[in-house]
Amino acid sequence: MIEHLPVLQIVIPLLGAPVCLLLRARGAVLVFATAVAWCTFAIALASIGIVLEQGEVVYALGGWVAPLGIEYRIDLLNAFVITVVSGVGAIVLPIGPGIHGHTVSASREYLYYAAFLLCMAGLLGVAITGDIFNVFVFLEISSLAAYTLVALGNQRRALRAAFSYLVMGTIGGTFVLIGIGFLYQMTGTLNMADLARLLPAVLDNRAVHAAFAFLLVGVGIKLAVFPLHQWLPNAYTYAPPAVSAFLAATATKVAYYLLLRLVFTIFGIGFVFGALGIAPLLQVISLAAMFIGALAAINQTDLKRLLAYSSVSQIGYMTLGLSFGSVAGLTGGLVHVANHALMKGGMFLAVACIVARTGTSAIADLRGLGRRMPATMAAFALGGLGLIGVPLTVGFISKWYLVLAAIEAGQMLLAFAILVSSLLAAVYVWRVVEVAWFQEPLQSAPHGEAPLRLLIPTWVLIGASLYFGVATDLTAGIAAQAAEQLLEVAR
Amino acid sequence: MTDAQLLGVAVGLPLAGTLGVIATGRRPNLREGVTLVVAVLTFASVLQLLPSVMAGARPALELATPFPGARLAFELEPLGMLYALVASGLWIVTSLYAIGYMRGHHEGHQTRFFAFFAVSIAAALGVAFSANLLTLFVFYELLTLCTYPLVTHRGTAEAIAGGRTYLGILLTTSVAFFLFAILWTGFVAGTLEFTPGGILEGKIAGTAAAVLLALYAFGIGKAALMPFHRWLPAAMVAPAPVSALLHAVAVVKAGVFSVLKIVVYVFGIDFLAEGDLSVWLMYVAAASILIASIIAVTRDNLKARLAYSTISQLGYIVLGAALATPAGVIGGGMHIAMHAMGKITLFFCAGAIDVALHKQKVSELDGIGRQMPFTMVAFAVASLSIIGIPPLGGSWSKWYLALGAADADRGFFVFVLMASSLLSIAYLMPIVGRAFFRPSTQGAAPEGPALKEAPLLCVVPLCLTAAGSVALFFLAPQIKALLAPLVGE
Repeated sequence: MIEHLPVLQIVIPLLGAPVCLLLRARGAVLVFATAVAWCTFAIALASIGIVLEQGEVVYALGGWVAPLGIEYRIDLLNAFVITVVSGVGAIVLPIGPGIHGHTVSASREYLYYAAFLLCMAGLLGVAITGDIFNVFVFLEISSLAAYTLVALGNQRRALRAAFSYLVMGTIGGTFVLIGIGFLYQMTGTLNMADLARLLPAVLDNRAVHAAFAFLLVGVGIKLAVFPLHQWLPNAYTYAPPAVSAFLAATATKVAYYLLLRLVFTIFGIGFVFGALGIAPLLQVISLAAMFIGALAAINQTDLKRLLAYSSVSQIGYMTLGLSFGSVAGLTGGLVHVANHALMKGGMFLAVACIVARTGTSAIADLRGLGRRMPATMAAFALGGLGLIGVPLTVGFISKWYLVLAAIEAGQMLLAFAILVSSLLAAVYVWRVVEVAWFQEPLQSAPHGEAPLRLLIPTWVLIGASLYFGVATDLTAGIAAQAAEQLLEVAR
Repeated sequence: MTDAQLLGVAVGLPLAGTLGVIATGRRPNLREGVTLVVAVLTFASVLQLLPSVMAGARPALELATPFPGARLAFELEPLGMLYALVASGLWIVTSLYAIGYMRGHHEGHQTRFFAFFAVSIAAALGVAFSANLLTLFVFYELLTLCTYPLVTHRGTAEAIAGGRTYLGILLTTSVAFFLFAILWTGFVAGTLEFTPGGILEGKIAGTAAAVLLALYAFGIGKAALMPFHRWLPAAMVAPAPVSALLHAVAVVKAGVFSVLKIVVYVFGIDFLAEGDLSVWLMYVAAASILIASIIAVTRDNLKARLAYSTISQLGYIVLGAALATPAGVIGGGMHIAMHAMGKITLFFCAGAIDVALHKQKVSELDGIGRQMPFTMVAFAVASLSIIGIPPLGGSWSKWYLALGAADADRGFFVFVLMASSLLSIAYLMPIVGRAFFRPSTQGAAPEGPALKEAPLLCVVPLCLTAAGSVALFFLAPQIKALLAPLVGE
């Protein structure tokens, strides 16, 4: 049983989805899907325990050994990502679609859970597999499910947002596929470990350069790295808030994982930072994302769109961490995967609470909610403090590593820029705080808190973002080990 | 209880008090009882630590290790002891005063007020006890955030604008400069621990060291060194007890305390003095002292005048640190206590005048000495202490600061200190003069209402702190003995 954990990690949510279609009944589906999600999370925790204890786990699917068969390969890096994805999924899934949207009729809620589990399975699959074509397959599974989930938003504009997400996502997927095709042509293998072994011999070849370019842009679209982020603000704004919470916390994170794999495991930093020298380019793009994303967030009038642009800005921190190619930088980028998932997931859920009670997420309509919905708004504010990077929150941990990496690299101006951009977060968070606490409530403002079904997951994520701001063994500790492993492989 | 446990208790008590205040929010008398009991217990636990620190012990407590090589930990040394004593001792008096003021002034949301007040004290004690730069920074930021609701307590447009300036300047300076400086220090020195003699000697030199010092000096915005002083006048929209305890004692002293601590335990005064690294800082501090004093003279709003006076007096402490001579550091450290006692009295008086007569401007204070004799006598006593006239506490710290300037062969700064004393006479004594020697403007009734003091709970605390200024004059040798290990004596 234990040795089959890697495949169960994917099979359980993947098969759970069609079972939802068979169950149909509202309560039964909810209980079943929740059980599946938590089961997936438990497997992830078990796997990370095993990896910490025994090192890398390799699982040959169906007993066919690579490179002929597909293998799943879990090291600390993907165990970490898998834990984040399945953990957030397990916490967000039970909220369900009905609580804030009206487009999903109660009798068809089972479709939501099915799409949710498929999305989870796809994201986990991308992270766990050691086969690059398999990556593409799972990437498409997760993306198609994500388009469906976004389209469930309660405004008609959700359909347009989902459609442009689909167009952009498909372009990204196609680029990835083309890149994989070139790699296969040059090496004759699709296994990542094999690729890493065979590629150095042909690194001078133009086809390999083209493959890297296609993969970089394709993954960049999925990651919503500036300036390929155009799909993200609309998708997160019009999706049901719980879906935004899940996608913001997981989808871009898995794309980031893929980028790390490509750069450090498959192509190697010697090629990416040495021969191609893309570190300065990455830094410029990251800085642009950090500042333009934050400035855009400051100018939003809708809370969800504000958070979406904030995500664009935070993704900049992650890619910046990658660009240093050092242990501190990678630790900062990687720990921010978990930290940002907790903060942003929690904040989107707080928005879900607000939408559930007021029906709107316009910032102007938040007036006086600090008094009417104190628990919700406190959660939002604490998450916001995390985005700013105030001590005792997870944001501080990420910022610390990133600035340290910049100083270690002797790039004092860059270190200063990271700190200044985090202050921009203070501006957009404080705009919300002032409206919520210092303005008189609207006549129509609700009395009383959001339902516990929403409030509890919100506080679980926000509480975790405070806990891991002090006790960092499980986040930064593992991220640092993963970063060291990754850099060792890359050398 | 061991000393280490006492450290935890001293910070934990106000936090527990916060919960107590929230739980008893519906019953104001019980709620204020909780505050007072917690304040007394907190002071008692800090006081219990004094004998061991005087005897040379350094109680320590480990909290957590968020980064490899950088821990959250407490370690109490003499300077922290002094600051902790001042902050927790004055919290008791301020709590009494706050009860009288908040009720006399009919302020709303009093539960929130007392709750955040207690958290702020916990944060201030955390700053005092910090064993390294990381811990210092964490509690420093916490102090900024949990005083924000106190500054904006009234929720008016003015309060919100003041709150923005407050948070904007304090967060910007601390994140952009202070945190940067800490990480830089960690990178070059390999440690963030406060170590007697400093951790930077031989690790960084010349311009880089001076830039690092500048990042600290300006990054610690709470020290209100010009040009990053604007938050302090902006914070004066807060209720008087907040201005008194936080913006004359806990918050601003957290700033200058951090500067002193970094000079002594991160740079080391020998390293600073040998490299002449801090000469520029002496001039910046001197400019801050003089310019703020001159602005204070021009301010008609009483609290604004006191705020600029604070900025000027904080400059003294930064100057003492920048001089990097033993007497300068002792004088700076001593001034933390002396100025705190004097300035808190002045703010108490300003609040009492506001509660009793609803007057906020200096020009309206003619003849109020007859209506509020206790308040105005206390005001006069505290003013003399700020000016630095014996037998009041302020005279000692100025003496040591002047001595420090002379030791460093920098006569110019002795002159700056004297000029600033003259300026403080110019901005404080006219208030006393108006109150006692000018006829009342209320005119109509020749005698006026005989006595119109603020509630007893306002007047008693301010008399206590005024008496405290006198007591500190006689306690100065003990304070000097406490601080002596800082400079290796």
